[in-house]
Amino acid sequence: MLGKLTIDALPFYSWVAMGGAMVTVLGALAVMGVITWLGAWGYLWREWLTSVDHKRIGIMYIVLALIMLLRGFVDAIMMRAQQAFALNSGGYLPADHFDQIFSSHGTIMIFFVAMPFMSGLMNLIVPLQIGTRDVSFPYMNSLSLWLTASGAALVMVSLVIGKFSTAGWTAYPPYSGIQYSPGVGVDYWSFAVLISGVGSTMTGINFVSTIFKRRAPGMTLMHMPLFTWTVLTASVLVVFAFPGLTVSAGLLELDRMLGMHFFTNGDGGNMMMFANLFWIWGHPEVYILILPAFGVFSHVVTTFSGKRLFGYTSLVYATAAIGILSFTVWLHHFFTMGSSANVNAFFGIATMIIAVPTGVKVFDWLFTMYRGRIQFRSPMLWTLGFMVTFVIGGMSGVLLALPPVDYLMHNTTFLVAHFHNMIIPGVLFGYLAGYQFWFPKAFGFRLNEQWGKWAFWCWIIGFYLAFMPLYVLGLLGMPRRMEHYDVAEWQPHLIVAAVGACVILLGILCLAVQLVVSIRQRDQARDFSGDPWLGRTLEWATSSPPAPYNFAVLPEVRERDAFQDLKERGIAYEKPKKYEDIYLPKNSPVGIVVGGLGFVFGFAMVWHVWWIAIVCLLLITAALIVLSSADDNEYCITAKEVEKIEKARYRELAKAPRILLPESEEVVPGAPIQGAVP
Amino acid sequence: MASAQQQSGPTKRTYGIGLLLAILLTAIPFSIVAFGLLPKVPSLIAIAVAAIIQVGVHLRFFLHLDFEHTPRENLAALFFATFLIFIMVMGSLWIMFDLHHRMM
Repeated sequence: MLGKLTIDALPFYSWVAMGGAMVTVLGALAVMGVITWLGAWGYLWREWLTSVDHKRIGIMYIVLALIMLLRGFVDAIMMRAQQAFALNSGGYLPADHFDQIFSSHGTIMIFFVAMPFMSGLMNLIVPLQIGTRDVSFPYMNSLSLWLTASGAALVMVSLVIGKFSTAGWTAYPPYSGIQYSPGVGVDYWSFAVLISGVGSTMTGINFVSTIFKRRAPGMTLMHMPLFTWTVLTASVLVVFAFPGLTVSAGLLELDRMLGMHFFTNGDGGNMMMFANLFWIWGHPEVYILILPAFGVFSHVVTTFSGKRLFGYTSLVYATAAIGILSFTVWLHHFFTMGSSANVNAFFGIATMIIAVPTGVKVFDWLFTMYRGRIQFRSPMLWTLGFMVTFVIGGMSGVLLALPPVDYLMHNTTFLVAHFHNMIIPGVLFGYLAGYQFWFPKAFGFRLNEQWGKWAFWCWIIGFYLAFMPLYVLGLLGMPRRMEHYDVAEWQPHLIVAAVGACVILLGILCLAVQLVVSIRQRDQARDFSGDPWLGRTLEWATSSPPAPYNFAVLPEVRERDAFQDLKERGIAYEKPKKYEDIYLPKNSPVGIVVGGLGFVFGFAMVWHVWWIAIVCLLLITAALIVLSSADDNEYCITAKEVEKIEKARYRELAKAPRILLPESEEVVPGAPIQGAVP
Repeated sequence: MASAQQQSGPTKRTYGIGLLLAILLTAIPFSIVAFGLLPKVPSLIAIAVAAIIQVGVHLRFFLHLDFEHTPRENLAALFFATFLIFIMVMGSLWIMFDLHHRMM
């Protein structure tokens, strides 16, 4: 009746696991309690959970990413604490539990922090940047969000019921096969990844078609803002790369559940095929995450240098080149598999080549800053921190691209230091810069600068403290993922790394305090103009937060920096002669219902409760049929209502101080920021 | 094929041809395996060839792509997809056969 699910699945085996389960359950109950106390369930359901508005979906994605960042970070600091103490002793974590922690840390950080953060930023900003009212497939967008969330929920539930995988975030067979991992951990991993992977693929499809089909009139491909370009490239990579992940995790499950032999040692299977398929997805994935962050950096650099972006064309071509090259390097993740020298040399050289367009980008940003009037606001600090730190990580990457060096360094903490050195500055700093930069657009007030700066300094100092020692440890020969060790000279470095993790914790606390302080002081930091930083692209042409329809009249684009062009021609805030009725998609519960059913389906599959899984699949099919046969799925905002909203917008605009644009004689409403503009 | 191209849109006839070809291209590999018509390696090649032609049939008769009426950018996207699939499949074959050879 309940498959493998018994009372033994509860975590009574260790006090640390019990603690984790308690925190998860109590945290969830506390959130639900607060919502009930505020009586906000109805509001939340009507306005947010069932919303198909790309801005709200974007915000929900980012909330999911920040919550999961906390969970992933708790895993990280637990590992650092364990390794700081575990010289000649067991530390405080049993080996099995330590293995679960490093597996869930990687899984969460990639799939449930980086991916939703990226989807969130692109949902929030891309439709605004290309001057449209919504994405191509708003219902699919809501479905993508909830499938991602149900994957995240599966990982969280594994804390309470059963155990998570101990096979690392890559789940290599044969260890992840049923013979060596008979528990439910690997199943939790693969269903979380499979279900959220469906969501990611649909997001990719959605944004490819949105960017190709829904750009404002006059916006040619080479007029698109750079963030839109990077999102387009990343979405194309998602569409082509994610099938690799789906296939590898799916075949692994067939091996585990139906006794097939794709990746087993015996009966004709080949476990290296898993590594091959996994990294066909895995390497493009790195660039899926990093390219949108590059887009964010491009906007931050140009805005806070008060200059046009240097080398727009070269940045676009570099983005496209990285996109294609990212499909030609996957073997560098398993050089030591034992390929012949020709194979390793090919992929080693391809890996070094991919550093070239990345270098082009760094120089473009430097030249954008050159002789600019740079404002050191917090998004700019994250960007500068990224540039310095990322180059170090890139260097260690080019070093690892040499197969002979990789034979020495693979599976050591040098590798761990390298990829954290790429992903923390390259991806996380980028998204946090985007979060600080676009927050006023989403909510209508700016985030507190002082706490933002403290958060940045804690993060970057903590980062160097936490990961530079790992480079040294790798050179000293320390393997990654060690639960305990007996080499005394490693310990001082591991203690420094643990201190670094604590400094990063301060950075996270600063981000939390920043949010609270900013919400409390929001009236002092209101953005009346919709353009708090003197932006250059169309998202700043809307009010903050934008009206449900984004643009009352779709803008005409003539130049690359479309909004800057409108401001210079003095027509950025011109009132349109008349308004028209606007049709928008109605909210729909199908996304969250299918997401919830997806979660139950995954849970049932993990525990082999077949009848529930089948019922869920039937219900999902029914829900999708109901959704696709609904005729009346749009509502109308009449011209009169639009006019009312826009009138209020012009009253707000009048409150914004007038400023003189640096590059023209035009006076526009803008930047109510003390001392930002002369 | 030639008569189908002269007509402007899809007709029952073209869908019928597509369906027949699809069934045929499915039946061939199944029969090769079910009745053991070919030795192992030639049968693998035959399955792969039938699968590739099957993709072409679907694109031509069900998705209505051709070189005359389809917009250039759609063909470019299709070409890009073909290119990436080529990289992935040929790369995987190269890597796995190289490994296989060295493990023998």
